[in-house]
Amino acid sequence: MSAITTRKAGRFIGQSVARKEDRRLLTGHGLYVDDVSLPGMLHAAFLRSDVARGTITRLDVDAARALDGVVAVYTWSDLHGTFGEAWHTMLGEELQVPPPLAIGDVRHVGEPIALVVAESRYLAEDAIELIEVDIDAGRAVVDFNTAAADTTNIVHQAWGLTSNAMVEVPFTPLSPDLDEVFANAAHVVECTVEQNRYLCVPMEARGILASWTPGRDEMDIVASCQGVHETRIFFSRYLQIPESSIRVSARDVGGGFGQKMFVFREECAVVLASRMLGRPVKWVEDRRENLLAASHSRNETGRVRLAIDADLTISAITVDHVADVGAYPPCPAIIDPMLLPGPYKIPRLGFSMAMVWTNTMGKGAYRGPWMFETTAREMAIDHAARTLGIDAVELRRRNLLAASDLPFTSPGGNLFKEITPLETLEHALTMLDYDAFRREQVQARAEGRLLGLGVCAYVEPTSMGVQSLASEGATVRVETSGKVMAFLGTTSHGQSIETTMAQVVADTLGVEYDDVTVVQAETQSTPYGPGTGGSRTAVIAGGAAREATLAVRDKVLAVAAHAMEAAVDDLDIDGGSVFVRGTPVKSMTMAEVAKAAYRNAHLLPPEVGSGLEATVRFRPNTFPTWSNATHLCVVEIDRASCIARVVRYIVSEDCGPMINPTVVDGQISGGVVQGIGGVLLEDFVYDGDGNPLTTTFVDYLLPTTTEIPVVEIGHVVTESSTNPGGFKGMGEGGAIGAHAAVANAVGDALAHLGINVLKTPLGPNDIHRLLVEAGAD
Amino acid sequence: MSTHLVSMTVNGIERHARVEPRKTLADFLRDDCRLTGTHLGCEHGVCGACTVMIDGRATRSCLVFAVQTEGGRVTTVEGLAPDGELNPVQAAFEAEHGLQCGFCTPGFVVSATALLERNPSPTDDEIREGLSGNLCRCTGYQGILRAVHRAAQSMGARQS
Ligand code: FES
Ligand code: FES
Repeated sequence: MSAITTRKAGRFIGQSVARKEDRRLLTGHGLYVDDVSLPGMLHAAFLRSDVARGTITRLDVDAARALDGVVAVYTWSDLHGTFGEAWHTMLGEELQVPPPLAIGDVRHVGEPIALVVAESRYLAEDAIELIEVDIDAGRAVVDFNTAAADTTNIVHQAWGLTSNAMVEVPFTPLSPDLDEVFANAAHVVECTVEQNRYLCVPMEARGILASWTPGRDEMDIVASCQGVHETRIFFSRYLQIPESSIRVSARDVGGGFGQKMFVFREECAVVLASRMLGRPVKWVEDRRENLLAASHSRNETGRVRLAIDADLTISAITVDHVADVGAYPPCPAIIDPMLLPGPYKIPRLGFSMAMVWTNTMGKGAYRGPWMFETTAREMAIDHAARTLGIDAVELRRRNLLAASDLPFTSPGGNLFKEITPLETLEHALTMLDYDAFRREQVQARAEGRLLGLGVCAYVEPTSMGVQSLASEGATVRVETSGKVMAFLGTTSHGQSIETTMAQVVADTLGVEYDDVTVVQAETQSTPYGPGTGGSRTAVIAGGAAREATLAVRDKVLAVAAHAMEAAVDDLDIDGGSVFVRGTPVKSMTMAEVAKAAYRNAHLLPPEVGSGLEATVRFRPNTFPTWSNATHLCVVEIDRASCIARVVRYIVSEDCGPMINPTVVDGQISGGVVQGIGGVLLEDFVYDGDGNPLTTTFVDYLLPTTTEIPVVEIGHVVTESSTNPGGFKGMGEGGAIGAHAAVANAVGDALAHLGINVLKTPLGPNDIHRLLVEAGAD
Repeated sequence: MSTHLVSMTVNGIERHARVEPRKTLADFLRDDCRLTGTHLGCEHGVCGACTVMIDGRATRSCLVFAVQTEGGRVTTVEGLAPDGELNPVQAAFEAEHGLQCGFCTPGFVVSATALLERNPSPTDDEIREGLSGNLCRCTGYQGILRAVHRAAQSMGARQS
């Protein structure tokens, strides 16, 4: 692991420079939404449904309205007709955010029914207690595996629908000879992989502060979000006012992981309340609300079939994929069957898919939203190895793509180049000392210990060209002082963007890292950006920052060449000065160049433009930018407690050249621990009536320092040709790989007892049940 | 609701305010003292983001009412670096990438500072145990654990 180094003149890309964000955050001077207070500010709280499905028969808010300190109580009838369209650029017009408050019925526990606005959050919560609501409960649809076939209980009956299937694609063979290949395969292995429901759980829950100024008719928003520009355009449509009348900022955001990518219905209600009251209204949810009513994720099932030849070549793979999207999914578009074959040379593919509505909280994006394809495949490969009595590592070695197999077009049409699946597998195995591990495992089993190794290899489609996600903008300016500012359309929520993008700008221009300031998460000074998510910052925002800086560099050189009476081609920039190559005594500081460009602009000849500023939008030349990795996880299960403990965790990854290796390792570790949590600790549970059972941190368990291993990370570096820096995205990979690696490790630890692990979670109760069922308890 | 006068020392400064008895210390610090470095991640005593020191002991300020702290000596994250110089724990968090989004960070920094005051040379297990009441969702705890080891070393070196 690389050590942090402080400033080093010249080259910053590739260095683990100290983060620009840290000082304010370490001293308690971050500025998260709840830290912002405005004069006259009011506080909001929601009354939420405690019934999963039912009709609202009575809603009486009179007592709440009468409480001292309560300024307003809103129900649907108060908000009806006060807003326009409710859609996001990335998701399109079809997916409207549901109405801010329940209309006449409720479709999941936690659905907002009424909004109280009061002088304090304490008073708003008091008033919630005074609202009387009667709900005539119906039969809730909870099990997504049977929901599509249920024609009696329909989640969206009130919309006139007769099915619970939001999307259904029948089985589609992408290879004409698929049936034949399965019929003639030496082995056909089939299994159903089930993944549990787990959630983003940013440590800062959702929050928004909306402030409408009557007269000026302007809306100021501070939001805990992943994209200020999308928040602004969303509310421009929603409030039916021009974008220019809305300002959105998010100085510090306490994590998002996909959850805060889109505007939620509660935020809509708060914004409307502020406009109606002409006062600032703040809503910061509590943890129960966040667990209950911010987006849920995972919860998918896949029946996977593999056709395997006698020489262990996998000749075809299929999946029947079903995903639970809940009642109102903030972002349901998460199935990408084309990713199913992953980094393997598997030539044939077939799939069916269904996204199914249930009376549960809706599905949203979570770090690697299409990670189930990896989970399903990697768990099925382990299952196949167990079934055939061969080594799962060997099966992967036979079938993984190596650099020498590239370019390779997968049966789903993905063109792979510049990836290193087999290389990262071998690298990771070396880091582990694979043979030594297997010897230790034999020994452990002989002693009655349960020790297992899980492998997961994947490719990650980073920086995807999905509509608005395809580009980012940057404005770079040498200020009149000679210092540099870069304005980006990103909204960092932990990704270190103020640091990494400053590294790119400093190196590209030839100035000190300390002299570059990155401004982002603020709509008025920065170019449009679709939001920070999808492992896109290094590639796309980095590309924009670099291109804009290069354009500024040309302007600096032109001004300096004139002032120094030198030819542009003879000049270079380093350490913040422009100098004649080979004659370092003849030089100008950036401050002197700025003086020539701004203060003495009247002396510049016409061919040299004024100012030292450029704005560029950047789009990679190809989509997506593939990165890849192999994860290895070793667990030991304690027989008495049935707790699986991660003993070692190894990642070998290829995200190309790293802008800041420490930041890369931090992103990987964070994702890995989210995956460990998702398998071994976290599980959001509903009972059969749709009542949530895990709405506090006492029931919904996050990993802590006592459950996690040291994450050992190795890098195989292959440059990408999609962007000038050669970078690849990597923000989601840790979470994508960890689920299957951990589950497979538990599977390997139990395999010799005849236990076949295909389902998560794998907490102590689950493992105990598996042992009992196998008669091994 | 009735209010009570409460007085305490926060980061060395005397504070007096009239508060409702139900107001938590966390809300008193954030709203009445405008010290917003103390964060609320769960308000039910699990995440540790609200950790402050009361009379030298790390305490979850979401579980304590302001009136219960009457006469107490409270140190928040803002009080750890009063003259702008990071304390050894904060400096180690910076050096070891112990934070990403920074939301959990004040709680960790206060907990770790209290831990090292109690036990200046903890083992890895003692550090893990000592910080197990603080949740971080970003870092996977890797940089945090390295940071606390580093802080212990640097503080030990300074003392010897
Ligand atoms: S906010 Fe106090 S422990 Fe979470
Ligand atoms: S740094 Fe984000 S929660 Fe810890």
